[in-house]
Amino acid sequence: MRYSIWSIIKQGLRSNRDWKTAWRDPKPKASYDAVIVGGGGHGLATAYYLASEHGMTNIAVIEKGWIGGGNVGRNTTIIRSNYLLPGNEAFYELSLKLWEGLEQSINYNAMVSQRGIINLFHSDAQRDAAVRRGNSMLLHGADATLLDQDDLRRMCPYLDYENARFPIMGGLMQKRGGSVRHDAVAWGYARAADLLGVDIIQNCEVTGFMMKAGKCVGVDTTRGKIRAKKTGVAVAGSTSRVMGKAGMRLPIESHVLQAFVSEGLKPIIPGVITYGAGHFYISQSDKGGLVFGGDIDGYNSYAQRGNLPVVEDVCEGGMALVPMIGKAKLLRMWGGIMDMSMDGSPFIDKTDIPGLYLNAGWCYGGFKATPGSGWCFAHLLATDTSHDVATAYRINRFQSGAALDEKGSGAQPNLH
Amino acid sequence: MIIPHPLLGPRDAAEFTYLGDASLLMRPDPDAEARPEKLMQAFHDYVHLRDNPAGVHKELWFHEQGDRSWLVVTRNISTHEIISVELASDVKKASKGKSK
Repeated sequence: MRYSIWSIIKQGLRSNRDWKTAWRDPKPKASYDAVIVGGGGHGLATAYYLASEHGMTNIAVIEKGWIGGGNVGRNTTIIRSNYLLPGNEAFYELSLKLWEGLEQSINYNAMVSQRGIINLFHSDAQRDAAVRRGNSMLLHGADATLLDQDDLRRMCPYLDYENARFPIMGGLMQKRGGSVRHDAVAWGYARAADLLGVDIIQNCEVTGFMMKAGKCVGVDTTRGKIRAKKTGVAVAGSTSRVMGKAGMRLPIESHVLQAFVSEGLKPIIPGVITYGAGHFYISQSDKGGLVFGGDIDGYNSYAQRGNLPVVEDVCEGGMALVPMIGKAKLLRMWGGIMDMSMDGSPFIDKTDIPGLYLNAGWCYGGFKATPGSGWCFAHLLATDTSHDVATAYRINRFQSGAALDEKGSGAQPNLH
Repeated sequence: MIIPHPLLGPRDAAEFTYLGDASLLMRPDPDAEARPEKLMQAFHDYVHLRDNPAGVHKELWFHEQGDRSWLVVTRNISTHEIISVELASDVKKASKGKSK
């Protein structure tokens, strides 16, 4: 059923009796052309683009729990393409363009809201870096606007401009950045993929990979063996665990990142604001909650909860930047498990095992990448070649010397 | 998290900085391997690849805001429970004893 204003009126007149479930609950078939392991945003997007762009419909998404229950449900919903390095910026700009057309292509209201993102700067050196980044964005066809303090005071009068240690001098704004309703991304992709014939199989854990003559020919699951010509793994947070079943060691550590949301308040923060002098960023959800977060806890964790020193650090950053949030009550806080790669950049690549493909290492930036990641991973699975904008995301880049270190902070996951 | 330091007793984890998997103590020996490509591979694996297990994990913590000792903390990273703590220098000595 196509969703529209007319379908709402029609169903409303019929007491909403005839709405159908948004996706089927099929039994796994014995074999598929391709199997995607991981029913998160990236896995579901991959399945949707495999079906819609490459005509592969005999495919399945296999999920251990329920779809959208991992990091696509545990993030701060920000979209942007304000990257500096050529290997990154083209990819994230493709992703942002896909966000802009997403709701029309999947016929689902994902509440894509381009209210802008502002990265503040607090010194001349930071201003120079912002100009350089903005120019890189413009050269890649993205948008960037340099704001001075007067511009900012008009938009956000509540920031602490005269902070003695870190006065706010201005900011680099990307007007096309913003936020998206995260659950709707998973559900919208799932429904659109299902309508094209993709089987979405929940409560089905992969317990191993089926190997034949050194090739991956499918997966062993808690619901039986499923053969597949191609197997793509998109399970960020658990990548090492799953790929360990294929005997692979990866340049990834799992770390916990915490985020927070306040009680609902009247609209005050127009888009996303990030602090340039500490790790803190904030936006406001459509329900009015202030959504904010900071840095990863910095040690290996699979616990989906963090510790108090980082909570204190985030709140100190918040109080230094937006003193008024001290009056807001915290409603919820949560932790998500990040695939932290050695250089802070992701992987979309073939593995050394024929038939097995990997999408991983998204650090804390996977949500904004969802459509681009699905688009490029589908391209890789369908054509066996990297998409033009994803050629830098190779697994062997630490051997070849082509590390992609956006922050320039070195080969250690907790520095990114 | 409270880390029970072997010399100083219970200390807040915020006093420490974290390096990563304790296998970093076992740096490959450049003199033990003559073939350069094998040696490159060994150092690549040492610097970049991790087991990253869910469950018990041995890891290096540096007591930066304290006595500046390196510790090997054995921790269940699925629950954050700390199982044991040793001085990294003791662990290194013990491993050298074994290899000889």
